[in-house]
Amino acid sequence: MVKFIVVRILQAIPTLFVIATLTFFMTRLAPGGPFDSEKNIPAEIKEKLESHFGLEKPLYEQYFLYLSNLLQGDLGPSFKYMGWEVSELIAKAFPVSAQLGLFSLLIALVLGLPAGVLAALRKNSAYDYCLMTTAMLGICLPTFVMGPLLILLFSSWLGWLPPLGWYSFADMILPSLTLGLFYGAYIARLTRAGMLETLNQDYIRTARAKGASPLRVVLRHAIKGGLLPVVTFLGPAFAGLISGSFIIESIFFIPGLGRFFVTAAFNRDYTMVLGTVLFYACLIIILNLVVDLIQASLDPKSREP
Amino acid sequence: MSIESAKSKDFISEDPGGSSLWRDAWIRLRANRLATISLYFFIFVSLLTILGPEILISSYEDQDLNNTFAPPGKESLFGTDNLGRDLFARVLHGGRISLAVGFLATVVSLLIGVAYGMTSGYLGGKIDALMMRVVDILYSLPFTIFVILLMVLFGRNFILLFIAIGAVEWLTMARITRGQTLSLKQAEFIEAARALGYSHSRVLFRHILPNLLGPVIVYATLTVPAVMLLEAVLSFLGLGVQAPMSSWGSLIKEGSEKMEIAPWLIFFPGLFFSLTLLALNFLGDGLRDALDPKAAKD
Repeated sequence: MVKFIVVRILQAIPTLFVIATLTFFMTRLAPGGPFDSEKNIPAEIKEKLESHFGLEKPLYEQYFLYLSNLLQGDLGPSFKYMGWEVSELIAKAFPVSAQLGLFSLLIALVLGLPAGVLAALRKNSAYDYCLMTTAMLGICLPTFVMGPLLILLFSSWLGWLPPLGWYSFADMILPSLTLGLFYGAYIARLTRAGMLETLNQDYIRTARAKGASPLRVVLRHAIKGGLLPVVTFLGPAFAGLISGSFIIESIFFIPGLGRFFVTAAFNRDYTMVLGTVLFYACLIIILNLVVDLIQASLDPKSREP
Repeated sequence: MSIESAKSKDFISEDPGGSSLWRDAWIRLRANRLATISLYFFIFVSLLTILGPEILISSYEDQDLNNTFAPPGKESLFGTDNLGRDLFARVLHGGRISLAVGFLATVVSLLIGVAYGMTSGYLGGKIDALMMRVVDILYSLPFTIFVILLMVLFGRNFILLFIAIGAVEWLTMARITRGQTLSLKQAEFIEAARALGYSHSRVLFRHILPNLLGPVIVYATLTVPAVMLLEAVLSFLGLGVQAPMSSWGSLIKEGSEKMEIAPWLIFFPGLFFSLTLLALNFLGDGLRDALDPKAAKD
């Protein structure tokens, strides 16, 4: 177990190195610089700004400087938000995105799991068809269609919920629902498939034969195997929640990390872009590791000998 | 496989001329009602977007400032937008771009993925291990983030869009192809072909490639909607195609900004986009069941 975790973390190092290098040269080779968009900057001031951030040095020197700073855990100062460190900006924006992601995931699990279990238990019944048709609709209505439609319905027409912002609890309902419904639909389908397969196993028949109540059969015996495909899906889902947050945060004007990232790329805020990409990469790697560990604890077969 | 199931498979079609894999698959696909409806719907939408703009009198670019935000009606089927442009014409034209991006990017990913996977699987050994390690590393990169970065940094370039999306989608294709090639390599007919002294390229292209097509086609059908979704995400963030050109994604974005005045502006592009994705997903599932009856059906 410990060996497994250590190996995975060691494997992550070359990946992170590739990401840092790729992003560094991509941002630098792109046309435009961080101080080009400001109008009417006198040439001397622009030069001073550039030399302040070390931009006048040769590219390879900047690259090695960045890497050596990175190894010490220093992501550098932001080029656009003067006086802010990149790490400070991430620390400020990420909790908002994390909150959005967690609420969405919670909604997805609360809606998806019971729906999937119910559909599997009443296979080919009216419940099953209704639930699965709804789930298919949820999957095929992308968040950028669902989001505006929910705003239209609940804030423009009914006036129940605020259409944008991130200040009160009411603000959080629509964005989390938009993202949560999409993943809930996926989870419902996966749960149904997993449960159907598990319910056909011999050990379920044994449990039934031994007189376990239907509720006990589901909760004690079937759910563990039935959840496996859902857990496997959670890995890519986390990555999806992150990129989904770009869309949601731009629809609902939420000051999260996704919006910071897109703005930073537009502004050619080199250090901010690099810092955010590396942060996302670490996050995805860690979450995937956690998912694999959960999977191993649910399914003894997937454990490495 | 048991003898019985093999037998029943052989006798699905009573055509005395014998029945090919593709003919069997077609019959199985036709038996799946949802997939058949999806197929016809998809053909209908494709024809509409390809031929529609040529036949229509109103152009997607023509503005009519006296007739802005007209609701759907006789005059214009889906209503008009803030510049009085006919939404029906714009939806058809946008569909053209969305479908074109979906197909071309899928073809790009198909070519790269199949070539890479076949090479890796056929050569095997150390080269295979190295090539797959590269795929593993690329897999763990946050690619959506890179695609967004690429589009922001290098501007909204149509060619770049294909390259960026193709670069993301070929990885899974390569894995599938490699797995198939590895197992085909062990098959007796490949051994026979080698024993007959055929060259590597002949074995690869005449014997392995045709047997790969099933899974590859299935995965390609499912890649098209995934690509269309990615393009729509980019367009929604303002990084895709630019006005007056439009894709379904950029129409949805425009619609979402004006939906309080004119809800139809988001409704119709959203409807076409969602239904097309739905149809392609059902079709992909149907093709999987038809081409590979052994595969589990969820």
